[in-house]
Amino acid sequence: MDTIATPTVNYLNNGHGLKSWLLTKDHKRIALLYLFSITAFFFLGGFFALMIRLELLTPASDLVQPDTYNKLFTMHGIVMVFFFLIPSIPAVLGNFLVPIMVGAKDLAFPRINLLSWYIYVLGGLFTLVAAVTGGVDTGWTFYAPYSTSASNSHVITAGVGVFITGFSSILTGLNFIVTVHRMRAPGLTWFRLPLFVWSMYATSLIMILGTPVIAITVALVAVERGLHLGIFDPALGGDPVLFQHLFWFYSHPAVYIMILPAMGVVSELVQAGTRKNIFGYAFVAFSSLAIAIIGFLVWGHHLFVSGQSTYAGLVFSILSFFVAIPSAVKVFNWTATLYKGSISWDTPMLYAYGFIGLFTIGGLTGLFLATLGMDIHVHDTYFIIAHFHYVMVGGAIMGYLGGMHYWWPKITGRMYPESIARFAALIIFVGFNLTFGPQFIVGYLGMPRRYAMYAPEFQIWNVLSTAGATILGVGYLIPMVYFIWSVFRAPLAGSNPWGARGLEWEIPSPPPTENFVVTPVVTEGTHQYAPSREVGIA
Amino acid sequence: MSGHVAPKSMYVGIWIALVIGTLLTLLAAEVDLGVLNNIVMLLIACTKALLVILFFMHVRWSSRLTWVVAASGFFWLLILFGLTMQDYLTRGWVEGTAAGVITPFTGR
Amino acid sequence: MPESQSSYQPAPVAIHPAPAAEHPATHPWLQHHFDSMEQQAEASTLGMWVFLCTEILFFGGLFMAYLVYRHASPEGFQEASHELSRLWGTTNTLVLICSSLTMALGVRAAQTNQSRKVIVGWLGATIVFGIGFLGIKAWEYYDKFVHHHVPGPNFHWDGLYPKPAEQFYSLYFAMTGLHALHMIIGIGIMTVIAVLAWKNTFDEEYFTPVEVAGLYWHFVDIVWIFLFPLLYLIGGHFKGA
Repeated sequence: MDTIATPTVNYLNNGHGLKSWLLTKDHKRIALLYLFSITAFFFLGGFFALMIRLELLTPASDLVQPDTYNKLFTMHGIVMVFFFLIPSIPAVLGNFLVPIMVGAKDLAFPRINLLSWYIYVLGGLFTLVAAVTGGVDTGWTFYAPYSTSASNSHVITAGVGVFITGFSSILTGLNFIVTVHRMRAPGLTWFRLPLFVWSMYATSLIMILGTPVIAITVALVAVERGLHLGIFDPALGGDPVLFQHLFWFYSHPAVYIMILPAMGVVSELVQAGTRKNIFGYAFVAFSSLAIAIIGFLVWGHHLFVSGQSTYAGLVFSILSFFVAIPSAVKVFNWTATLYKGSISWDTPMLYAYGFIGLFTIGGLTGLFLATLGMDIHVHDTYFIIAHFHYVMVGGAIMGYLGGMHYWWPKITGRMYPESIARFAALIIFVGFNLTFGPQFIVGYLGMPRRYAMYAPEFQIWNVLSTAGATILGVGYLIPMVYFIWSVFRAPLAGSNPWGARGLEWEIPSPPPTENFVVTPVVTEGTHQYAPSREVGIA
Repeated sequence: MSGHVAPKSMYVGIWIALVIGTLLTLLAAEVDLGVLNNIVMLLIACTKALLVILFFMHVRWSSRLTWVVAASGFFWLLILFGLTMQDYLTRGWVEGTAAGVITPFTGR
Repeated sequence: MPESQSSYQPAPVAIHPAPAAEHPATHPWLQHHFDSMEQQAEASTLGMWVFLCTEILFFGGLFMAYLVYRHASPEGFQEASHELSRLWGTTNTLVLICSSLTMALGVRAAQTNQSRKVIVGWLGATIVFGIGFLGIKAWEYYDKFVHHHVPGPNFHWDGLYPKPAEQFYSLYFAMTGLHALHMIIGIGIMTVIAVLAWKNTFDEEYFTPVEVAGLYWHFVDIVWIFLFPLLYLIGGHFKGA
């Protein structure tokens, strides 16, 4: 413990006062600004989830009216997708780590980075206004013509919020792409980059190419609603399936925006937690790109029952099978990395193991849904809900928590309390499976989604699910408490508490504002663990 | 990026080509060439766009990365158009399914 | 778990400080996180190209809608397009092409360190062409309004295909409106760049803002290169009822 010292001047104390934070250009401070905002939205979205699960304890619509219930699941979806999941890892961990991992002093465009946060907050404000003044009831998917014509809720306000926040995503992606291309340290070739950077790069490609389409789509919905044009409303001469094509062209790749960063985190955790180089680095790196690219070719699997042609359904179905392949490559390679590794049971690794198992289940059920025949029956049931929560919560959120725990000592200079953290991880795992496992069953049995009431024979599964949700909620609260506690009371962590490899572990915790006093020159992969066959060290 | 400095005459030459292209496309539109009308129009538009991109936007002398980025944007658009239109163009192909092309204009 | 006590033997240090760098006089416009003006310029132009990619997809959504509706009623769209003025559309296309020329020459002037008068001259010409374009557009919009071709409660169509016509004009206003918005922003950007140029900000090492503004301007021109034939010229030979 004698070597641990926090540098006297680091990015946290370099400049005090609100102005130094709100006008910062430091990517690490901006990451923290995002951390506070997305956490707030997470709890808002969680509150809506709690209300949903409470209502679903009983078959009747007795806690809230159906109209209110519609608003609850809509706001839950909008908040969780656009204001938590999509920004989470990229805007917090990505912003913090990408410059450091490429050996740079900051991202390519620091002021645009700050602007992206303000845009995010502005979009969030619009959505909050929509929530507070009565909510939206269209579902987070805003399907026309309900959203354009029939709904009496605050569609335009929420739509504007989503539109604005989309630009935050675009600017973040733009920054990452330029940084990775143009600001790598000398010697840091693409194949020496950490896999987290590869996954952030692939995520950024999706942000750039997909987000503009949902932006224009939401804008068209707002314009149609406001001016009574007939772009999507068939009564006015429009085509509602066109809306779905345009919406899902982004929203399917968006789910890869949510999962790819978590996969990048898991790649890092699995190496650090086993003291081994990843098995098949190049395959894992390319699989991130493959997921990003193929992910743009599959959106029609959301339109199987919409009136889309059968032929197009076949095409999208087979393409959806292809997109599973690179994800499978990752799972195999992580598993192969674990094999004969020095397995760690620290909290970040617990989340990594949870991710690998739960993402596999979620991903495999995705294949069920890619199968046209099966999807016809389970579309719009709880089977779908279970599928995407397995990948987004069991996958993405576990990846996020694993990453937060792993890099917490780097970000704050303090170590979180390990025993409580492991306990919380276990609670989250149990709570999660109890919440969403029954939903596969009840969905397959026929319970439709987005209804406040359901047939009485489904009640037992819903009660189990709500019990699980309560446990899950408690599980999420615990890290909030100890993370905050750790900033003030925990022991100092030192620059490399995990004994891990990587440029971020070679600099102090917390890092100085400029990250590197001198630009590093990289001579080998930044994650070579000893013993390494490639480097030949005994 | 000091890069390549093109002579002014090159820019003027491209400008002339663009003007000619515009007049050509106007003329071609006056004649009924059937399905060729669309093809000619798109060809001229794409040529004009390519001239602007390569010469006015300097992609001709830029790094390969720049031109991959520029090309990807347009390529992605083709994905959007292609995969969406393959739905609309194949409506009613499978027997027993929704017959005919969806005509959105069924309103009043 | 302090490093000195771990059983893990670190591999030879993967990083070491770069050799003591020379300290050339840094350009006043070099930002602290870049190593050289060249790196900064490359990053900026790449950034603008990535942004233009997003703009391609942004407009692309509207082109997608155009494709679907034109496919649904090709004659309807032809009939509707026939009512747009090919004269003014062509004029506007030529105006934008001229503005692209002056823009490119403006970038070249900055790149070759011409006097501020020359640079501002070219940029000014670009702005004038841009304003000219918007003026013609405004006149065209007014003309459509007068003929009751603006979609909504006041829309009235005398031809064979009223519904497709209204759909066409919704797209016409959406696409040209979004384009015009981008023109207005472009003119704003050009004004800022012109002011900077007047203050002698640029030299052959630092003219990136002009280059990057030029990229944006040319992109807006390219959008029009596609909008023009798709909106104005498909009814060219339409003979009507």
